[in-house]
Amino acid sequence: MKRRGWLTVIPGVAWLVMTVVIPLVLMILYSLAAGLKSGSPAPTGLGTLVNYTRLVDPLYFRIFQRSLVQAIIATLLCLVMGYPLALLIARSPVGKRERLLLLVIIPFWTNFLVRVTAWIVLLRNTGVLNSLLQWLGLIDQPLELLYTEGAVQVGLVYTLLPLIILPLYSALEKQDARLLDAAADLGAPPSKAFWNVTFPLSIPGVATGGLMVFIAAFGMFVVSDLLGGAKQVLVGNLISNQFGGARNWPFGAATSIVLTLVVIALALVVQRLGKLNEGSERS
Amino acid sequence: MKNWKLKAYGFLIYAFLYIPILVLIILSFNENRQSSVWTSFSLKWYGVLLQNEALWEAVWHSLVVAGWTAFIGTVLGTLTALGLARSRVPGRGLIEALLYLPMILPDIVLGVGGLIFFSAMGFTLGLTTILAAHVGMALSYVVLVLRARLAGMDQALEDAARDLGATPLQAFWHVTLPLLAPGIVAGALLAFTLSLDDFVLAFFMTGPGSNTLPIHVYSMLKKGLTPEVNALSTVLLAGTGLAVWLFQSLTAVGGRQKAKKMEGELTS
Repeated sequence: MKRRGWLTVIPGVAWLVMTVVIPLVLMILYSLAAGLKSGSPAPTGLGTLVNYTRLVDPLYFRIFQRSLVQAIIATLLCLVMGYPLALLIARSPVGKRERLLLLVIIPFWTNFLVRVTAWIVLLRNTGVLNSLLQWLGLIDQPLELLYTEGAVQVGLVYTLLPLIILPLYSALEKQDARLLDAAADLGAPPSKAFWNVTFPLSIPGVATGGLMVFIAAFGMFVVSDLLGGAKQVLVGNLISNQFGGARNWPFGAATSIVLTLVVIALALVVQRLGKLNEGSERS
Repeated sequence: MKNWKLKAYGFLIYAFLYIPILVLIILSFNENRQSSVWTSFSLKWYGVLLQNEALWEAVWHSLVVAGWTAFIGTVLGTLTALGLARSRVPGRGLIEALLYLPMILPDIVLGVGGLIFFSAMGFTLGLTTILAAHVGMALSYVVLVLRARLAGMDQALEDAARDLGATPLQAFWHVTLPLLAPGIVAGALLAFTLSLDDFVLAFFMTGPGSNTLPIHVYSMLKKGLTPEVNALSTVLLAGTGLAVWLFQSLTAVGGRQKAKKMEGELTS
């Protein structure tokens, strides 16, 4: 049993091959097809790169560009909002820490659609914000808040913020408090101690959390679909449209492959950063 | 940053996280259909929910899929984690990369990939295909949880059982499995939640008559925001709160008992 014990990995690996590897291989195949046979999902005209060259078209290129910019802004905002909160939780007394962390976990476990719904309630023309502003007499006509780029940006930050706090917290919580005492004893003011001790040591958490938020934001389609409407198309919506109304699977597959490559390249860079960091810690 | 500044900042972030949810909850008890103007307290939208049969069917579908995802995902995940714990696994690097993949790929890629795969193979899309995709997604997380548990386990215990004459199966059943149990329970809960919460994979792999709860919520939202959606969201929020509280108190009790037991062993 001992020598052949590894055989137990086979069912799990087979399942992943079926639900992840073969679909990715098929996706590559479809991305090289000219179209679908009418009335069936079989690809025709294999061996063309037309779906990839189409992505360079300014119309689609701009969608990629905007998705990238919105994902980067969402990641930075989540970091700026999440880091101090993670620090606050990590530096709270142990008993209080659990409760504060629970307050982050509850939104994290709350269904994604519920969290997006909350923003529709706030932002729509007859929504809470507009009603409030009108009641205060600040505006006469409702402002166009929903179905804008800003609404999508807020939605991304709101839904993804809990995702970054947990890795940041676990990186900060591990830190030895005596390091800060040592920095203070050596005459470093708190801000200097933060930038020279606390922050550099938390970089693995920043990298992991940032990567998770970026990936989720870059491939997002629910938030842009519900808060951005038809006007705010991100890469995720572009893909989803090709498999829905537009029924252009080959183009959708090519877009998915490009998205996948970007994500994998980023994950490898972050992994390399983590390894470098580990190395420098050891030395 | 000064401590009070940090606290004030933290308070603002919590406000940002909770105010939208609280507004949603309050408005679900509003009698007015034009839901952002408060008229009077009413439970009528909850009554409307109760009579929504399509909704209850979707809830049932979600629970069935999540239950099976937890079961299959945990069995396969446990076997995989145990296999990887053995020293000699051919192609270990590849298997590790494969397990990492569902965690970093955007949901939409997994969803679209599943749609292409199942359609090309001629499967009818529905709850079965959603389940297959959910197991693929949840498996990696279960393995992650169990490997952390296995790493903290003493291999010598299993060896001791074997030295004392236990067959490999006996050693597994009486020693390894009970030690792994908390990890298995945590993994199953995680798989259940991941499945219950998933919208994107299900969206691409659903067929006629096989709506899950998130898909039902989505189609309600697409028709327009009604107080009924607010009421449903509030019910889901209450469910989440209850689940988190249950999970936390279960693990906390386990932790406290373990600590007490260790104390006893040390003093005896």
